[in-house]
Amino acid sequence: MQNYYQKEIETMPVEEIKKLQSEKLVKQVKHVYENVAYYRALMDEKGVTPDDINGIEDLHKLPFLTKADLRDAYPYGLLAKPLEDCVRIQSTSGTTGRRVVAFYTQNDIDLWEDCCARAIVAAGGTKEDVCQVAYGYGLFTGGPGLNGGSHKVGCLTLPMSSGNTERQIQFMNDLNATILCCTPSYAAYIGETLQEKGMGPDDIPLKAGIFGAEPWTEEMRRGIENTLGIKAYDIYGLTETSGPGVSFECSEQSGMHINEDHFLAEIIDPDTGEVLPEGSKGELVFTSLDKEAFPLLRYRTRDICVLSRKKCSCGRTLIKMAKPMGRSDDMLIIRGVNVFPSQIETVLLNEGYQPNYQIIVDRKGNNDTFEVNVEMNAEQFTDTVSGVTAKEKALANALKTMLGINPSVHLVAPKSIVRSEGKAVRVIDKRKLHD
Amino acid sequence: MSLKQLNIFVENKKGALVEITETLASHDVNIRALSIADTEEFGILRLIVNDNETASKILSDKDYLIKITEVVGVKIGDAPGKLSTALEVLDKEDINVEYLYAFMSRTEKHAYVVLRVADNDHAEKALEAAGYHMITDADINKL
Repeated sequence: MQNYYQKEIETMPVEEIKKLQSEKLVKQVKHVYENVAYYRALMDEKGVTPDDINGIEDLHKLPFLTKADLRDAYPYGLLAKPLEDCVRIQSTSGTTGRRVVAFYTQNDIDLWEDCCARAIVAAGGTKEDVCQVAYGYGLFTGGPGLNGGSHKVGCLTLPMSSGNTERQIQFMNDLNATILCCTPSYAAYIGETLQEKGMGPDDIPLKAGIFGAEPWTEEMRRGIENTLGIKAYDIYGLTETSGPGVSFECSEQSGMHINEDHFLAEIIDPDTGEVLPEGSKGELVFTSLDKEAFPLLRYRTRDICVLSRKKCSCGRTLIKMAKPMGRSDDMLIIRGVNVFPSQIETVLLNEGYQPNYQIIVDRKGNNDTFEVNVEMNAEQFTDTVSGVTAKEKALANALKTMLGINPSVHLVAPKSIVRSEGKAVRVIDKRKLHD
Repeated sequence: MSLKQLNIFVENKKGALVEITETLASHDVNIRALSIADTEEFGILRLIVNDNETASKILSDKDYLIKITEVVGVKIGDAPGKLSTALEVLDKEDINVEYLYAFMSRTEKHAYVVLRVADNDHAEKALEAAGYHMITDADINKL
């Protein structure tokens, strides 16, 4: 049995999809050129005009956008619609410095929710299902996106948001939830909590889960599937393009179909910017074809990935992307939150420390541990243990304010952080997130 | 009237104390008294030495984190109950002792107590008023 939410798109012959993309791209470039001064300047600088873009074969002529552009243009610089036409703002998890705010018209919201609906249907969801959304609600796109998708499918939607695991389990059972949407680490945590209660997969009504917003492995997938007794599907997205639902897994569970009618994907060489042929490993770049309010053209995701048009047994013709295999920048995703080492440097300098630090990330069970070791100087050092631990606590609080997650801070001796070839190793990520 | 204490940040690693004490010995720095506060991750070594300047320089050169702080040094009798009598003086003045350690004199029948309090002047005045004799860096050098 194969179910699609929008069959005509999801199974459209590839040549037709490309034609559709070409038509949309030509229109979108005009819309952006006319309405977004920031991007018009980038195009002018490159000597490209909308007339040069006659289809997707011309996409490579357009300039890239990066997170730095989003920061420069914060908050309204990339807006392509008057504010009175916008109905929603969502934002990324970084609380300062790297914040991204995205704007949506009602149409943008509708199309985004359609994308999430496709993911839910691909996971076996129908209007008979009860869909428990345990992603965070609020500025984070996870909760609102899947919530909207669930409505579109016609599922009975349980907007739980994240946390309060006892209540999650009680509602899941009392209200017969069949689909769970949350981060994979939270799904694993719910599984562990069930096991602690002596409950097994047969004691809960779930049949499927849609998990995303952070990297996870095949091993973690198997663990979640076994403890919850479900099929676990991956979903991908980023606030810059809309949110979850840019791509989603089908019954084959081998890569995520990109909603190509809305998002045009490319793989580029992260060093040269050159477009690479299908099947090459490189940085994933997205062009939003339908976004009205916040239409990013050639946005560099920094996710390293591979695309494939291999025929899929689910019948979808939409191109598939592999699970991202890493990043082309230094961003870390810790407990679902984006963390840049530069944010930590900013806090250290503000708090009177030298930027001599090391981030150590690991995974204990299914939860990320996040340690920051910082070299102390004579000014911070005191003769009492309580004095040093108070300094550690104050620094941890300052980091939490900046990052939104709580690190465990250790002050260490000067020059004790290992330097290789004179350059300190800033990040040690012991998690095995990529198979 | 002051007694200087040398504080050294020590990470909990094998051999750290050996290196510190050897470095001090090789420069003829004599340790008169010491105490260590330790946690799982780090320790703070507190020393009373005969030559703070040299000790501080040679350890800093080896990238040790050093801080010199002032503590209260008081001479007490070497007999049961003498320490508690001295502490009672501070207690009466509501002076809280964060830590203390003590060492014996080789020549006199006395013990020396090193005290860490919030307000050194207050503690010294209280002890002197009760008839105690304070010890200074000069006294340490004579030991």
